[in-house]
Amino acid sequence: MSQAEVSSLAQTPLDQWHRDAGAKMVPFAGYEMPIQYDSIVNEHEACRTKAALFDVSHMGRLRFDGDGSAELLDKLLTRRVVDLPVGGVRYGTVCNEQGGILDDVLVSHLKTPSDQFYHLLVVNASNRAKIVEWVKQHLDEFPTVTFSDRTELTAMIAVQGPLAMETCRKLFSFDPARLKYYQATITDQFSKPVIVSRTGYTGEDGFELIVRAEEAKRVWENVMLAGRDAGFAPAGLGARDTLRMEAAMPLYGHELDESTDPISAGLSFACNLDDRDFIGRDVLAKIKAEGPKRRRIGLLPEGRRPAREGCAVISKDGREVGTITSGGPSPTLGKPIAMAMVDVDVVGETEFEIDIRGKRSAAVATKLPFYRRPKTAS
Amino acid sequence: MSRDKSKLLYAETHEWVDMSEEGGQKIATIGISDFAIEQLNDLVYMDLPEVGKTFDAGEEFGEVESVKAVSPLYCPVAGEVIEVHEGLPDNLDGLNDDPYDFGWVIKLKVTDDAGLGSLMDYPAYQKQCSESA
Repeated sequence: MSQAEVSSLAQTPLDQWHRDAGAKMVPFAGYEMPIQYDSIVNEHEACRTKAALFDVSHMGRLRFDGDGSAELLDKLLTRRVVDLPVGGVRYGTVCNEQGGILDDVLVSHLKTPSDQFYHLLVVNASNRAKIVEWVKQHLDEFPTVTFSDRTELTAMIAVQGPLAMETCRKLFSFDPARLKYYQATITDQFSKPVIVSRTGYTGEDGFELIVRAEEAKRVWENVMLAGRDAGFAPAGLGARDTLRMEAAMPLYGHELDESTDPISAGLSFACNLDDRDFIGRDVLAKIKAEGPKRRRIGLLPEGRRPAREGCAVISKDGREVGTITSGGPSPTLGKPIAMAMVDVDVVGETEFEIDIRGKRSAAVATKLPFYRRPKTAS
Repeated sequence: MSRDKSKLLYAETHEWVDMSEEGGQKIATIGISDFAIEQLNDLVYMDLPEVGKTFDAGEEFGEVESVKAVSPLYCPVAGEVIEVHEGLPDNLDGLNDDPYDFGWVIKLKVTDDAGLGSLMDYPAYQKQCSESA
């Protein structure tokens, strides 16, 4: 990488903390991000057994104030937004007119301490510029909406793992354990505002925090301190990827892209097609009625050789029927896992082969997700 | 046997070469440097060639895979594979802990040692690593 490319990368407010902690930094979606501090496997295990902290400040945070915010987002998202209660969070996709996925997003409906209401859209870092542009194209129809990109003014921290909630109950004025899954609120730490949402991208319980950029280091260190005895560890993008893969959560650019619709990608739950209109609706309704041509499936390659993104999937009768969208070793299962988009006529078959750089490996279809956290009473 | 890493030759792509002679024949023992092993981190898989295969200098002869990525292994010198460390893919911890003795990967009968000229000695290789770290 040339010097010019390095210097054009952005840094998150936690950049120096990562470097001081010995993180290996890599370019990702225009940011320099920690890929790992010590070992991806150790960070993965910390998240599955204790808790891990992730700097996810690179993700885009877009704010919508004013009357019509819900209606604007309702038009842009495949998920219904107009009836999202205050304190609610929903997962959805943003599609183009052809039903192709522009991004997958989380939308929250929040109330400030001074009783103002707004919607917050969290988008993928790699799609932020595209979504900002997309929003601006549709803003004219909603003249009372004020749209602002809050990404660079704020930081975002994910705290994920079985001990995350219990350990952090006293960190904020509001006990985050009072939030149900997919709820969010604005609280504070030492009188500085913090958005807390019970969401995540690891398959574990936990929460995500959004704070002002200048508060990021203090909040991160306070969480680390609170979790010191519990064994909290910082984790990088490497572990974030293996964790979300085990939980079968799609990643934009892999399972999702503009040539893929949310129905085929297995995200029907994120599409409310009835009694409403949104961009891409008619195409998606047609795909749902006719059935998608491709589907996302899980595969367990036999042996220890991981099948990675881009490998061809071969049916038992020797036809190329799909492509691996994400794959790699699963630290929790101790063997390789993979997700693939395959032709719908082979969905339900159990035996496949994967072409890994010219060599065929056998693989067995399996139900997604690969990992589900043990149910706890809460 | 204990290999002295400061006496080995290194490829830009992080393979080490230990040159020796057996019965008038030049033999190259090839492995992966400790720097590369540390950079790769969390090794999970290794693919090795069969005995009898021949490779040109710079040709890919196998791959080593970490949790995050696949890294090709390049043959630093032209030759024919005469021995493969068969147990190595089943003991990647051993490769991680001891990349210079236990962790040897293949032995080649050198057919053309012209490739040796482009390899680095240890100080030059160390310099490359410190600049890329």
